[in-house]
Amino acid sequence: MLIRQGGRTRRFLGTINAAATPDSTVDRRTFLRRSGFAAGGLGAFAALSIGMVTRSEAVPGPAPGEATERRKNVCTHCSVGCTVIAEVQNGVWTGQEPAWDSPINRGSHCAKGAAIREIVQGERRLKYPMKLVNGRWQRIGWDQAIEEIGDKLQTLREESGADSVFWLGSAKFTNEAAYLMRKLAAFWGTNSIDHQARICHSTTVAGVANTWGYGAQTNSYNDLRNSKTMIIMGGNPAEAHPISMQHILAGKEINRANVIVIDPRFTRTAAHATMYVRLRPGTDIPVLMGIMWHVVRNGWEDTEFLNQRVYGMDQVREVIERYPPEEVERISGVKGDQLRRVAELLATQKPATLIWCMGQTQKTVGTANVRASCLALLLTGNVGKPGTGANIFRGHTNVQGATDLGLDVTSLPLYYGLTEVAWKHWARVWEVDYEWLESRFDEVPAKVGRKPRSRRENMETPGITSTRWFDAVTMPEDVIDQATRIRGMVVMGHGGNTVPRIPDAVRGVEALDVLVVVDPHPTSFASMSARKDNFYLLPACTSLEMHGSRTASNRSLQWGEQIVQPAFESKNDYEIMYLLARKLGFADLMFKNIKVENNVPVAEDILREINRGGWSTGYCGQSPERLKAHMRNQDKFDIVTLRAPKDDPEVGGDYYGLPWPCWGKPELRHPGSAILYNTDLHVMDGGSPFRARFGLVRDGETLLAEDSFTAGSELTDGYPEFTVGVLKKLGWDADLRPEELEIIQRIGGDEIERVSWAVDLSGGIQRVCLQHGVMHYGNGKARAVAWNLPDPIPVHREPIYSPSVELVGKYPTRPDERQFRMPNNGFSIQKAAIERNTARQFPLILSSGRLVEYEGGGEETRSNRWLAELQQEMFIEINPADAGERGIRDGQWVWVYGPESQSKARMRALVTDRVGRGVAWMPFHFAGFYQGADLRGRYPQGADPIVLGESANTITTYGYDPVTNMHEGKVTLCQIEAATS
Amino acid sequence: MARMKFLCDADRCIECNACVTACKNEHDVPWGINRRRVITLNDGKLGERSISMACMHCEDAPCAAVCPVDCFYRTEDGVVLHSKDMCIGCGYCFYACPFGAPQYPQVGNFGSRGKMDKCTFCAGGPEEDSTADEYRKYGRNRLAEGKLPLCAEMCSTKSLLAGDGEMIAQIYRERVRQRGYGSGAWGWRTAYRSDIAV
Repeated sequence: MLIRQGGRTRRFLGTINAAATPDSTVDRRTFLRRSGFAAGGLGAFAALSIGMVTRSEAVPGPAPGEATERRKNVCTHCSVGCTVIAEVQNGVWTGQEPAWDSPINRGSHCAKGAAIREIVQGERRLKYPMKLVNGRWQRIGWDQAIEEIGDKLQTLREESGADSVFWLGSAKFTNEAAYLMRKLAAFWGTNSIDHQARICHSTTVAGVANTWGYGAQTNSYNDLRNSKTMIIMGGNPAEAHPISMQHILAGKEINRANVIVIDPRFTRTAAHATMYVRLRPGTDIPVLMGIMWHVVRNGWEDTEFLNQRVYGMDQVREVIERYPPEEVERISGVKGDQLRRVAELLATQKPATLIWCMGQTQKTVGTANVRASCLALLLTGNVGKPGTGANIFRGHTNVQGATDLGLDVTSLPLYYGLTEVAWKHWARVWEVDYEWLESRFDEVPAKVGRKPRSRRENMETPGITSTRWFDAVTMPEDVIDQATRIRGMVVMGHGGNTVPRIPDAVRGVEALDVLVVVDPHPTSFASMSARKDNFYLLPACTSLEMHGSRTASNRSLQWGEQIVQPAFESKNDYEIMYLLARKLGFADLMFKNIKVENNVPVAEDILREINRGGWSTGYCGQSPERLKAHMRNQDKFDIVTLRAPKDDPEVGGDYYGLPWPCWGKPELRHPGSAILYNTDLHVMDGGSPFRARFGLVRDGETLLAEDSFTAGSELTDGYPEFTVGVLKKLGWDADLRPEELEIIQRIGGDEIERVSWAVDLSGGIQRVCLQHGVMHYGNGKARAVAWNLPDPIPVHREPIYSPSVELVGKYPTRPDERQFRMPNNGFSIQKAAIERNTARQFPLILSSGRLVEYEGGGEETRSNRWLAELQQEMFIEINPADAGERGIRDGQWVWVYGPESQSKARMRALVTDRVGRGVAWMPFHFAGFYQGADLRGRYPQGADPIVLGESANTITTYGYDPVTNMHEGKVTLCQIEAATS
Repeated sequence: MARMKFLCDADRCIECNACVTACKNEHDVPWGINRRRVITLNDGKLGERSISMACMHCEDAPCAAVCPVDCFYRTEDGVVLHSKDMCIGCGYCFYACPFGAPQYPQVGNFGSRGKMDKCTFCAGGPEEDSTADEYRKYGRNRLAEGKLPLCAEMCSTKSLLAGDGEMIAQIYRERVRQRGYGSGAWGWRTAYRSDIAV
C-alpha cells in the first residue's frame, strides 16, 4: 500500500511544483513558486522574503468566553456588494462569518472578501498624519496637519484661484462621503472634482445614458439567473467579480444557458464559457457591427420592439452594411461563421444579455463601444425584461454611488449637470445662496483666441479630468482653459498608478506646489516621485470602520455599520472633510442641516439630505431607516427577483436595497427598480419606460414611445416628461396636496408650470404621476442615433497606437479637439506613430486587466498579507511563439518597452497561450518599482505594501475618449526583451 | 454519525482563492504554510480547470499509516487530525499523502522541519475544544461551534462543498443531473474509495 501511495505522491508532487500536467503550461502561481517564492510543500518551506511577513502577534484570535457581537458591512472591493459579517469581541474584529442571508452573495466571498479583516487589522496601514520634510516622512498631529494644509490651499486660492486645486475623490467612499466631497468642491468653487469612474465606466455612463436615459446596469447580478444567453465582452468576472459567477454559473446550469466570452485573452471566465471568441484588442465595434450584420441579414431583429421603443435604427442599418464578414475579419481577426453563431444565439435564444467591463470602456472609443453594445441589445429586443439587458459590472464597491453622487467634473450630485437649473436646485437643497456659490468660482481671462468666462459661465463649465490632471500641472498655462494651471491636489482614496503615462504623471506630482493624500494607505503617490516637501499623508479609515450606505452595481443601496473604531490615528472621511471645511471657513454653511457630533457629521443625516435633493435619479426614497430594515431582513428577499413578499411588515414588496430609482418620499414606499425599462410592471412595482430626455420629435419622427407603456398606466402611448404644466393639462394638478403646492410655488415663483419632476422638492409631481400609473420622466424611445455624440452611430476607429498602417488609414481616430479644458491631440499622435513606424519598433499589442487577489492600483490589497502571499510578483503574459522568437523562457526577467517617454519596466515573463500571438498582457495592480528601481524606501516606514512591482501604466500611452476623456488602458504597443539579470 | 468529506466541483471552481484566504483568515496560518490551495490544469488553454485542494481526511489515511510516532487520530466525524505535541516533523506523512497536504514551518533536514501543519476540517486538535491553546496550535474549531469549514462556506461559486459525505454527494449528484455534465468528484476514489454515480 505504501508503495502504491508513494507512486501517486511523486506524480502529484509533479503537479504541484512544476507544470500542472505534462502537456500544459504552468499557471501563474506555480510559475511564481518556481521563481523562488515558496508556497508550501517539502521543496518549498516557508521561505520568507520581500515583505518579511511572519505570524502576527498583533492580530488577536478569538477570545473564548468573551462576548461576541456581529456587525454587518459591505466588502470594500468590487461592485457586487457582498455582505461581510464581522465578529467583534471587546472592540476588536476577531472573526468573520458567512453572510448566508444576503441575496447577493449568500455567504460567499472571493479571495479579497474572505481576507478583508486584514485590511482593518493589518499592520501596513498609514498610522498617523505625516508630512514630508526635506524628503523624509515626519509624524505630525491632526491639528497641525489641517492647519498647514488649509493655509496652503487658501494661499493657492488667493494667488491662482479655486481651479488651481484639483480634487480627487474615491469609489471606495460611502455614498455619504462621495456626496460630501462633491459638496465640498462646490463650496470651494471648482468643478475639477473627479474619481475612479472616470477611468472605469465613465464611457458606459455617457454611452448608456445617451441611449435610453440612465447610465447604469439595467438588470442585476441575480437576474443573470434568468438569462438564456450571456455574452461577456470585455470583462473577466471570474477574477474581477467572482461572486457574480455564482449567478452566471447558476444561469448556465439551470437554463443550460449559452455563455459566450469575447475577449483577446482566454480568461478564467472563458474557461467556463460555452463559446470563446478571440478578437484583436481594440476592435469591439467591428465585431459588434459584424454580429448585427448577421442579425439584419437573417431577419432576426425584434421588429415590434424597434417600432414601439427605438428611434433611428434604420440609420444604423446603413452603418452595419459597412461591416460585412470579410471586413470584420480583416479588422478583428474574427471569422464570420463564428459571429453568425453569436448573432443567432443573441437574437433567438432569449432572454439574452450583454455583460461588459473595462474591456469595452477603457478605450479611446469607449463611449462608441458601449453604444454599439446597446445597439446590439436594442436590435434584438433584449432590454427591459428579466434575463436581458446591459449588465454593466462596475469595478469598485461604490463606484456606482460615487458616480451617482457627482464625483464627476460634469455634474452636481445625481446627474443634474452644471446648468443654472442644477445649481439652483442644489442651492435650495443646501439652503445656501446661489449667488454665494457663484462668488466662489474663478473668472477666467481670455487666452489665445478663447473667450473669457464669467464666474457663472465657469461654474457651468466641466472641470479637468483625473486622466489629465498632470498635463494640467505641467503644460503651458495658455493651453489650459482656466485661470491658471493646477498647483495643488487633494486626493482621497485614489491611487497614483491608475492612469496611463506614469512618466508624465511623475513630472506632474513633482511640479505640484502642494499634494495632500488622504487614504488608509500611503498609496503610490507616496513613492512615485522624488518630492521633498509640501506633501501630506492623512490616514483615513476604511468604510468598514464607519457607518454609511454603498450602491452596488445593480443600483441596490446597502447600509454598512461601523465594525470597529478607526484603526491607529485614522479618522473617517466625514470627519476629515468636516475639519477641512471648518478650516476653509464654510463648515457652518456646508453642514447647516447635518448634525455634527464631536467633529463627525452623522451619516444618516447626510443620506437624508441626499434624499431631499435626489429626485432626478430616484435617490429620494432610500431613507436610512428603510436601508437598515433591509439589512435586518436580508433573508426575506428572493435571490432571483430580489423582491420581498408583499406581506412582510418591514420590507414588504421592496426590492433588495431599494435599487435606484426609488421614487418619491420614503413614506410613499416605492419598492425600487430591480430591472430598468421593464414595461410589464406597474410603476409602483418598479416598472418603467425608456426616459424621454432627448426632446419630442427629431427630423419629423417622434421620440416618444408608440403603443408601449407600463402596466396599468392611465396614458396608453408615449408622453413627455412631467412638469406642473403637464399635470395641469391632464387635470391631475388637483391631486397635489396643499403642502406640496406651497413648496412648488416657492420653487417656481411666477412660473410654476415650469417646475419639473426633477426639481420639485415636495415630491408631489412624482407622487401624483405614480398614482396615475405613469412615469414622471416621460415615456420615450431609446436612441439608436445619439446625435449629440461625436460619432452618433458608432464606427470603428483604430487605437492611437495601432499595429496596422493600412487600417489607421481607413479608420483613423477622431480629429484633435479641445475637451475638458485641455487639448486632446490623439489624431496628431496617431499620425506621428504611423510616420515613425512605431509598430516596427514595438510590434506587440499590449493590454491590461485584473487579477482576482488584487484590486485597482493595488496598494491596499498588496498590503494584505493573505492576498500578497498569493501573488508576489508583477509579470507580463506573452504567447509562446512571441517568447520563442525573443529567447524568453517562462519565469524569466524581461524588460518591457513602451512607445512613449522611452518608458521601460522590468518584470517576469509568463509564457502562456492565454494571450494570442502578437498580444501581451499585464495586470495593472502594481506599484513601487519604477523602470527597474525599487522605491520601497520612499514609503513611510512600516506602511509600505508587502508586495511591490512595476506599474502597467508606466508603459501605457496617450489616448482619450472624446466624450469623457476616459484613457486608453487596453490597447497600446510594446516590445519585450529578455533581461540579462 | 456524519462522515465529513470535501468535494470540489471542478466545473464551478473559478480559482478565486477565497477558500485559501478564508482558511488563512480563520486560522491565522502564517506565510508559506498552505492548508488549502487551488491547482489549475491546462492553464490558459481550452479545457482549463481548477480544483481546490487540502487534506481530504481519507478513509484509510496513509499519513497515519506511516507516522513513526502515531500522532494522527480520527474523530467521530471521520476527520483526520494530529497532535502537534507528538509530531517530530519527520516529513514521512508528506511523502505518503496523495494530496500534498502536510506542511512544515521550517527549512531544514533531519527532523528539523518543525511541527507538521495541515487542514483540520476546522475541527481543531486534541486540546479542549475552542480554547486559546487549541487556537494557537490548530486554529479555530468551527465543528465544535456547530459550523462547517469556512473555506467551503465562503466558496464564491459553491464549488467547494464540505459536510456529511452523503449529503454533499447528493448535492453534487443533483447538480450533475440538472446541468447534464460533471467531471466527477475529484480525489474521492483515492481518499474515500468511492465515487459518485449519477
